[in-house]
Amino acid sequence: MANTTAFDQVPSGKKPTPFITWQRFVVYSVLGVCALFFLLPLYIMVITSLKSIQEIQGGNIFVPTMSPSFDAWEKAWNSACTGLYCEGIKVGFWNSVKITGPSTVVSIAVASVTGYSLANWPFKMSEFYFTVLLLGSFIPYVVMLYPLVIITRWMGIYSTLPAVVFVHTIFGLPILTLLFRNYFASLPQELFKAARVDGAGYWGIFFRVFVPMSVPIFTVAVILQITGIWNDFLFGVIYAGPTNYPMTVQLNNIVNSAMGGKAYNVDMAATILTGLVPLTIYFVSGKYFVRGIAAGAVKG
Amino acid sequence: MHSVSVQSLTLKFGAAEVLKNLNLDVAEGEFIVLLGPSGCGKSTLLNCIAGLLELSEGQIHIKGKNVTWAEPSERGIGMVFQSYALYPQMTVRGNLSFGLKIAGMAKDEIEKRVQRASEILQIGPLLDRKPGALSGGQRQRVAIGRALVRDVDVFLFDEPLSNLDAKLRSELRVELKRLHNRLKNTMVYVTHDQIEALTLADRIAVMRGGIIQQLAAPQEIYNRPSNLFVAGFIGSPSMNFMHGKTVDGGTAFETAGTTLSLSGYEGGAVGARDKAILGLRPEHLEMVDAPIPGKTIPAMVEIDEPMGADSLVWLKVGDVPVSVRVPVENRPEHGKSVHLKVDISKASVFDAVSEQRI
Ligand SMILES: Nc1ncnc2c1ncn2[C@@H]1O[C@H](COP(=O)(O)OP(=O)(O)O)[C@@H](O)[C@H]1O
Ligand SMILES: [Mg+2]
Repeated sequence: MANTTAFDQVPSGKKPTPFITWQRFVVYSVLGVCALFFLLPLYIMVITSLKSIQEIQGGNIFVPTMSPSFDAWEKAWNSACTGLYCEGIKVGFWNSVKITGPSTVVSIAVASVTGYSLANWPFKMSEFYFTVLLLGSFIPYVVMLYPLVIITRWMGIYSTLPAVVFVHTIFGLPILTLLFRNYFASLPQELFKAARVDGAGYWGIFFRVFVPMSVPIFTVAVILQITGIWNDFLFGVIYAGPTNYPMTVQLNNIVNSAMGGKAYNVDMAATILTGLVPLTIYFVSGKYFVRGIAAGAVKG
Repeated sequence: MHSVSVQSLTLKFGAAEVLKNLNLDVAEGEFIVLLGPSGCGKSTLLNCIAGLLELSEGQIHIKGKNVTWAEPSERGIGMVFQSYALYPQMTVRGNLSFGLKIAGMAKDEIEKRVQRASEILQIGPLLDRKPGALSGGQRQRVAIGRALVRDVDVFLFDEPLSNLDAKLRSELRVELKRLHNRLKNTMVYVTHDQIEALTLADRIAVMRGGIIQQLAAPQEIYNRPSNLFVAGFIGSPSMNFMHGKTVDGGTAFETAGTTLSLSGYEGGAVGARDKAILGLRPEHLEMVDAPIPGKTIPAMVEIDEPMGADSLVWLKVGDVPVSVRVPVENRPEHGKSVHLKVDISKASVFDAVSEQRI
């Protein structure tokens, strides 16, 4: 021991590894292949939508056109046939807006107040009620379809916008209520008590204290609902009625219309147009979405 | 008329009885501290007074009015919490005026009260900041301000200083005392910190397991703890306990083979008991070189802990560790055999079975 200096000793711990190791190489290769796998269809859709029918029939689907044109996009938006009418997919777009807007607002309004009640104003059986609500999210949709037809017909709203808004609200409730309940339960209890001492009541605490503190979780809920409802096909086709068919249903009608030859370029353009709304929301809000999820997960 | 009167209060969470038939009367302008270990029900009692919990049984009166079922805001109380509980999205001004706005108070009156509170608490320069931009001490000041603007007779504090570091805690403690001297409100203050309790309180209610063990002035609690729990909980370092029995018809106490005379014990005659406990605070023992019959116990010095002004010496009496407070210049040799002279007039004798002071 006496003769060894500090320099003779072997450093403890593991030496840092260089950036490129074979493990990393494998991981990035697999990720790259996956990315290609998902990007390829999008690539084909975009280039096909810019081609003319002749080019599509004659050419290779992987090769982009030399003379791109937005004619197919124009046709898809304004004049493609969606069953009886040939007014393009814009009709469906506005229907989807009319369905998604109110459904998002109503479902979030109901769920946030329900979650707030469950978290902060426990009543007799409130835990039981919450459990039942959660169980609701495990029941397959198809089981509920026909009963809801009967219920909405009984309510006199079947085949109208209110019916589809109603159904979206019901199916959104379990997961949204869970989201809001957990978020509100994670807020400091003493804040709630302080507001009560200050004289704020049920609605006062909700609107003036809790909602301003809950922007992240409302953002998450809005994103979840808009994308989910926009992508919905089933409820739209069943409850909205033909004049209110959402964009997804009309897209299906365009793609499956029997008249004439297959206009692949128009189909592709219509498909991209339909997917544009959720896609945009993901791109724009990705940051807030992650932040909101994290805010819900971290206590305090 | 009592400022706050809690009568036969019982509170249950499900099957668990957290407060048991509890009575507490607080006089006008009194500073009452609820002191006890964590989980003994202090916050629960405070929340009951505030109206934030529904009582299972009993009544609460504030300023002579039965407020058992009144809303918190209607009770004439202000409350300050450990975590400050400021509304994060509002400015300090917004926090202070929130309750007043809800009560529908006129703008200029609100402004006047906010000004007065910010003057008293010296938070004027912070009024337009959000709580996130304040330090812990500043936040707690704002929280006190929020109770202050309500212009109420009763302040309720739930461990308001526990989240602050030691230095700030002692500063704010003095400030709270100053505030009480100035405002003369009734204060009910929850803490588990005995220093806060001893320094602030007019009276301390020592709690354990949902029951008030003793309710008395700090000196009384310190000098005459009513039972073993209170004796051990109050005082740092703790009271020394020596197990033994009373002999000679209760006029002497025998422990570790030594007999101490109980003449001069202020509790009077203790009677003959097979099992008793003699409680002695470290400052009521003195190290001497020669034994005095009936007044000293032999002991051996183990270690000492100098604490600046004085020094705490740990000795062994038989197997029992005993601490003695001595002036710092009297540091003894370790391992030295000494005799401890007992000031029996300051001692407490407890029955070992009932744990009550005799
Ligand atoms: N909401 C509640 N539900 C069930 N038990 C509770 C609740 N709040 C407090 N308790 C229990 O009541 C007891 C007293 O709590 P508390 O008054 O907060 O103690 P402390 O004296 O530390 O302030 C503890 O045992 C605690 O676990
Ligand atoms: Mg507490």
